[in-house]
Amino acid sequence: MDTFVLLTLTGLALGAMYFLIASGLSLIYGLMGVLNFAHGAFITVGTYATWWSESKLDAIGSDPLRFVVAAGIGLLCGAVLGALVEIVLIRPLYQRHIEQALVTVGLSLALIALVQGIWGPTERIYPTPKWMYETTSILGAQIPNDRFVEIAAAVVTLGALTAFLRYTRYGLIIRAGVENRAMVTALGIDVKKAFTLVFAIGGVAAALAGVLAGVYFGSVDPHQGTSLLIFAFIVTVIGGLGSITGSAVAAVAVGLIQQYANYYASSGTGDLAVVLLLALTLLVKPGGLAPKVAH
Amino acid sequence: MTEPAAPLLSVRDLHVYLGPSHVLQGISFDVPRGGVTALLGRNGVGKTTTIRSLMGLVRPRGSVVLDGAELNKLPTHKIVGRGVGYVPEDRDVFAGLTVKENLELAERNGSARYDLVYELFPELQERAEQKAGTLSGGQQQMVAIGRALLNENRILLVDEPTKGLAPLLVTEVARVLEHVSETETMLLVEQNLGVVRRIARDAIVLDAGRVTYAGSAEALLSDPDRVRGLLGVAGGGAH
Repeated sequence: MDTFVLLTLTGLALGAMYFLIASGLSLIYGLMGVLNFAHGAFITVGTYATWWSESKLDAIGSDPLRFVVAAGIGLLCGAVLGALVEIVLIRPLYQRHIEQALVTVGLSLALIALVQGIWGPTERIYPTPKWMYETTSILGAQIPNDRFVEIAAAVVTLGALTAFLRYTRYGLIIRAGVENRAMVTALGIDVKKAFTLVFAIGGVAAALAGVLAGVYFGSVDPHQGTSLLIFAFIVTVIGGLGSITGSAVAAVAVGLIQQYANYYASSGTGDLAVVLLLALTLLVKPGGLAPKVAH
Repeated sequence: MTEPAAPLLSVRDLHVYLGPSHVLQGISFDVPRGGVTALLGRNGVGKTTTIRSLMGLVRPRGSVVLDGAELNKLPTHKIVGRGVGYVPEDRDVFAGLTVKENLELAERNGSARYDLVYELFPELQERAEQKAGTLSGGQQQMVAIGRALLNENRILLVDEPTKGLAPLLVTEVARVLEHVSETETMLLVEQNLGVVRRIARDAIVLDAGRVTYAGSAEALLSDPDRVRGLLGVAGGGAH
């Protein structure tokens, strides 16, 4: 029982990170039709900006506070990078989807090379507050506290995104734009502002995933973002492009299946199980669980 | 002798290419201030493309002047900001949004005319919380027209508002458009000649991407041979 609880909570924590990445990917694709391969760069920037700024914030004596401030800087960097990518790289290539995909792939590779050039290719120990390494006993299982933080962060993000989409003017524009972008502009709305905002939101969420991934794995390396991005893409497709709640459900399923398969079958079968789930979903529901509606 | 009033909308030498097709081949026409100008023609002659090019939804070559200001080259949202309302063919309501949200999305400033919209279409108020995708075709058309009427427009571009509607709803839509035309200039694409006869003062006929008639709607529709020749239908009335 304790093993099952540990696997479940670890799977949910992993799913939480997938969701944080997939939510931005899904909104960006749903609204703009852009397959953003540079999303991995947002994760990397969030992780490394947090790691680097934590080491420079000696003036803050408290470890948890220093980590929170550093994470805030990481999220800010993710938001700025997201907005810049949209304005500088994506906007000039509007409606040219192949070129947009290529330029995001190029940016992703360039950023990984840049990080390797500055800080080297090897893993770095991530500065995690002590409390997160400690465990809490649940039904006999000793659960690392960071799992709760990761799950809570995803739940709060899901709630915040849902509220944003449902109750704000920009949320309304994004929901409508996911359905029919041309008609939104035909109502007099400058949809480009919504594009930039969605990229910035995607950047923040991915950077948050990066911060939490550093905690989850205990270390950071230049390729961490890319590894997570692959599963986030799968989550996005299973959930339905453009659907936040679809991404949330798919992320939980992918995280849990990965954990269960790796433990109960054999190590490494988790990835295979996820690919099988993707294939099954595409066969049964080609548009994913909740296609093309931002909610 | 007084000068004739300058047209509200002036289109000159408008060309549109969609892929390899030269859909609009240098059309020119004027829309006078006030009343309804019908844009007519057989299927596939470029009526919807004309409306979409005026909205900037397809990029034309040529000149589109609204009240003295050039619209061509402006992005769509700025064209709308100049006072161009649009009711698209096939309605294009946002199916996942409620009726109220569909209308809210169209608000351009603080003076949204909900009173007018709900007076013309009381059903929209009753169904405010209903998802637009679950409405009937006629109700969706009300949403599409209501969205366009929420703001004051210099000109309203209405593309086939009665398409696919039951006869009773066609009459209802025609009544609303007639009412609206008392205060707003309208360029109306319409296949139902009964509706055109009822509300249009002027008519422009397109054929194969060119203007083949521009003048009085009554003069056109009262000549069955001309109607048959230009539009390919009997000119007897509504169909």
